[in-house]
Amino acid sequence: MTETLDTPLDHAPEAGAGLQRRTVTLRIRRFNPEAGDTEPSWHDYPVEVLPTDRILDALNKIKWEQDGTLTYRRSCAHGICGSDAMRINGRNRLACKTLIKDLNMDAAITVEAIKGLPLEKDLIVDMEPFFQAYRDINPFLITESHEPTRERLQSQHDRDRFDDTTKCILCAACTTACPVFWTDGQYFGPAAIVGAHRFIFDSRDEGASQRLDILNDREGVWRCRTTFNCTEACPRGIQITQAIQEVKRALISRRV
Amino acid sequence: MPQVHKYDVIIVGAGGAGMRAALESSKRVRTAVLTKLYPTRSHTGAAQGGMCAALANVEEDNWEWHTFDTIKGGDYLVDQDAAEIMAKEAIDAVLDLEKMGLPFSRTPEGRIDQRRFGGHTRNHGEAAVRRACYAADRTGHMILQTLYQQCIKRSVEFYNEFYVLDLLMNGGEVAGVVAYELSTGELHVFQAKSVVFATGGFGRVFKTTSNALSLTGDGMGVVWRRGLPLEDMEFYQFHPTGLAGLGILLTEGARGEGGILRNNEGERFMERYAPTIKDLAPRDMVSRAIYTEVRQGRGCGPNQEYVVLDLTHIPAEQLEAKLPDITEFSRTYLGIDPTTEPVPVYPTAHYAMGGIPTDIDARALRDNQEVVRGLYAAGEAACVSVHGANRLGTNSLLDINVFGRRAGLAAADYAATAHFVDLPDNPEGDVRMLVDRLLNGTGGERTGAIRAELQQSMDDHASVYRTDTTLKQAEVDLAELKRRYHDVTVQDKGKRYNTDVLEAVELGFLLDLAEVLVVSARARNESRGGHFREDYPQRDDVNFMRHTMAYRELDSEGNEAIRLDYKPVTVTRYQPMERKY
Repeated sequence: MTETLDTPLDHAPEAGAGLQRRTVTLRIRRFNPEAGDTEPSWHDYPVEVLPTDRILDALNKIKWEQDGTLTYRRSCAHGICGSDAMRINGRNRLACKTLIKDLNMDAAITVEAIKGLPLEKDLIVDMEPFFQAYRDINPFLITESHEPTRERLQSQHDRDRFDDTTKCILCAACTTACPVFWTDGQYFGPAAIVGAHRFIFDSRDEGASQRLDILNDREGVWRCRTTFNCTEACPRGIQITQAIQEVKRALISRRV
Repeated sequence: MPQVHKYDVIIVGAGGAGMRAALESSKRVRTAVLTKLYPTRSHTGAAQGGMCAALANVEEDNWEWHTFDTIKGGDYLVDQDAAEIMAKEAIDAVLDLEKMGLPFSRTPEGRIDQRRFGGHTRNHGEAAVRRACYAADRTGHMILQTLYQQCIKRSVEFYNEFYVLDLLMNGGEVAGVVAYELSTGELHVFQAKSVVFATGGFGRVFKTTSNALSLTGDGMGVVWRRGLPLEDMEFYQFHPTGLAGLGILLTEGARGEGGILRNNEGERFMERYAPTIKDLAPRDMVSRAIYTEVRQGRGCGPNQEYVVLDLTHIPAEQLEAKLPDITEFSRTYLGIDPTTEPVPVYPTAHYAMGGIPTDIDARALRDNQEVVRGLYAAGEAACVSVHGANRLGTNSLLDINVFGRRAGLAAADYAATAHFVDLPDNPEGDVRMLVDRLLNGTGGERTGAIRAELQQSMDDHASVYRTDTTLKQAEVDLAELKRRYHDVTVQDKGKRYNTDVLEAVELGFLLDLAEVLVVSARARNESRGGHFREDYPQRDDVNFMRHTMAYRELDSEGNEAIRLDYKPVTVTRYQPMERKY
C-alpha cells in the first residue's frame, strides 16, 4: 500500500467536477533575510485553480503570474523526486501530491517550510543536516564474502522483507514531522533509520552489526517515542514507525 | 572575483549517467559532480518499467537479438556498432547494479526477474521476449538510490544546487565550466581537464510532458552556445501512455504485464497497427496509433480526446506487486482505481533521442569525425547514437549505465595524462553578463508567459504529427518568442536562492533547443521513427538515412543562424528493412 492518508481509494471521479475553476487563497509563510526579514510572516495569495490541481500548480501559478520572488524547491511534480515537502495546513506533505480538492477550499490554505531544519528563504530549508544523518548510517550494501560471477540469489520472501523501506525518496517529510527531531537536532530522525532498515533486513547485506551499533547510540533509535507522526507524514506510505520498531527489536535480539 | 576550483574531472549532472560516470572517475582521478538539484532528485528516479539485458533468466534470449531490436526500433538510424556495445555490456551493467545492492524483483528461483517491454522480441521479431530487469515499477528510483549510495560509500564530492551555465574552452580544448551557486548567487569557475555533461533532456519545451520541471536542456544549450553541434534533434519521443491531461508517465511495463489499450468501442485497436506484438509495439507506432484513433473519432471521454489503458483483467495482487506506483498515480491524480476501471491515457513528450554527438567512448564531437579534447557527454544529453529515430523502452536506463560508465572511464583516462588548459581571460564574464542582463531587464516580459506560449506552440506544431506548414508556424512563433525573451524582467533581484532568475536562464536554453528541433525537423522530408511528417509519410533511405548535425553560427552582424549538415549512419550487419511488428 502506498496510499497517502488524505487520498481515499473510493472517491469516484465526478464527471466534470474537476473542470470548475475557482479561486482559493494560499496563505504562505514567507521569509527573506536578504531583504531584511528577521522573522517569517504570513502573506495571502488568491489564485484561480482547478480543484484537481496540485498545491504545486498553485504555487507555480503564483510565482509565474503574480510574484516571481516566491521561492521553493520542485522538480518531478509527481511525488518521486522528493523536492517539495512542505507543511500544508499544518501537516507535512509533498506539494505535488496534494490535490487542492482534498483540502478545505473555502478557508485559506496555509503553506510553510518543513520544521526543524534551518530556514533559508520562504519554503526552502537547509537540507544538509538531513542528508548528513542519512550518510551517517552507511546507506550502502556491505558485503565481505566472495562476489559471485552472476547475480546474488535472493528469494522473493527475502526481497519482500525490506520492500517497504526501499520506497524512501529522502523528502524529509517524516524527519521534520518528528517532535523528537524538533527538540533535538542531533537525533538521526526517521528517514535515516528507514535507510538503515533497508539494508539491515536485506539478506545480501553483511553490515547489520555496524549499523546497529551506530543506531544504538544515544541519538539513535531509542529516542523514538512512537508518536507515528512520521508514518502519517510519509508520502510514500512507508510504515516508518513499524520499521523503527523492527530495528529496535533487532538491537535487543541482535538478530535480523 | 569568482571562486576558482580545480579538479581533474568535472561531471555535470547527478542522475544515473553522471553518478555512474563518477563511480569510475573518482576511483582514478580527482573528481567533482555538479548538480542543479540534489542527486536523489534527478529524473532518472522517475523511470519505472525496467532495464533490458539478455540475461535469459526466464526464457531464451541473447544480446544479438537485443542489438537487432534496438536497431529496428530506432528505424535504422541507430549507429550499429554502438547498439552492439550497449546490448553486449547490458548484461554486466545489470549484474554490476545487483552487486551494488539494487533490489531487483526476483524469480521464484531467486534470480533477477524479467518482463516484456515494447519492441523487445525473440529471434528478430517472432514474439515479445522477457528481457526487462525491474524492481516493481520503480526501477529508475532504485537505480538512482543505489548509485547515490555507492557515491556515498566512495566519498564522491558533490556540489549540490550548482547550475552550470557555461563551458570554458581555450584553443578548441576544454578548460572547465562556470557554475552559479543557488544559495548565494555567486559564480564559481571550475578548472578541469575533462568535463562530462550528463544533464538529461529538455522535455519542458513541450506542454504535455513526463519530464520534470528542471529538464530544460541546460547542458545541451551550453554546448550549443559554444558553437558545438547537436545531432538528430528532430527525433523526440512521445510516450504513448501519459495520464490524460497531465502527462505523468504510466510505464510501458503495464502493457508488458498484460495491459491493453482500447478505444471508445472497447476495441483493442493495436491489433490493427501491429498484428504480431500489438500493444507492445515501439512507442512511436503506439503514439501515432492513439493520435489516429482520437482523430478518427474513436477517442474516449466526454470530448473523445484520449484512449484508455485497461488493466482491470489483471489480478489486483499482481498490480500491487508489479505496478504499485502507477496504480497509485492513477488513484491520486485522476481518482481512478485501475483495478476496476480503465485509465485515460494520451501521448506525452518523453525523451530526446538527439543531443550532444559522441563516439562510443562518450567523447563529444566537434564535427562528423573530430573529438573535442576533454569534452564528454552521456545519457539523454548525448547522442551516441544508440536510439536512432526512436528509443526502445528500458534502453535509456541501460544507456545511462553503459555509456555513463564509459564516459567516466574515458574522462579519467584522459585527465590522468593531460595537462590543465589555461582558463580564458575573464572566464565567468559571459555568465555574469547573462545573469546581469536578466536581473536588470526592464522590458516587462514574464518568463512564465513566454514559456507557456513556447510549450503550446511546440505541442501544436512539432509533436507527434508534423508538416512543413506546422513547422514553419513553429519557426515564426519561436522567432517572436526569442525577440520577446530579450525583454524578460525578473522580479527577484536578490542573490539568495534566486530561482526566478534561473528560470529565466533555463527558458533561454529551451528557446534555443526548440529552434534546433524545429529547423532540423523541417529539413527532414521523410518519416522515420519519432519524426513523422504527414507531407512525407514514407521513410526515405536514399536521401535521409543519415544523422542531422546542427550548428549555431553567427553572421558578420552577430545574428544567429542554424546551419544543417549530415553524418552517415554506421551500418555493420543489419541492412534497413521495412519496419513491421
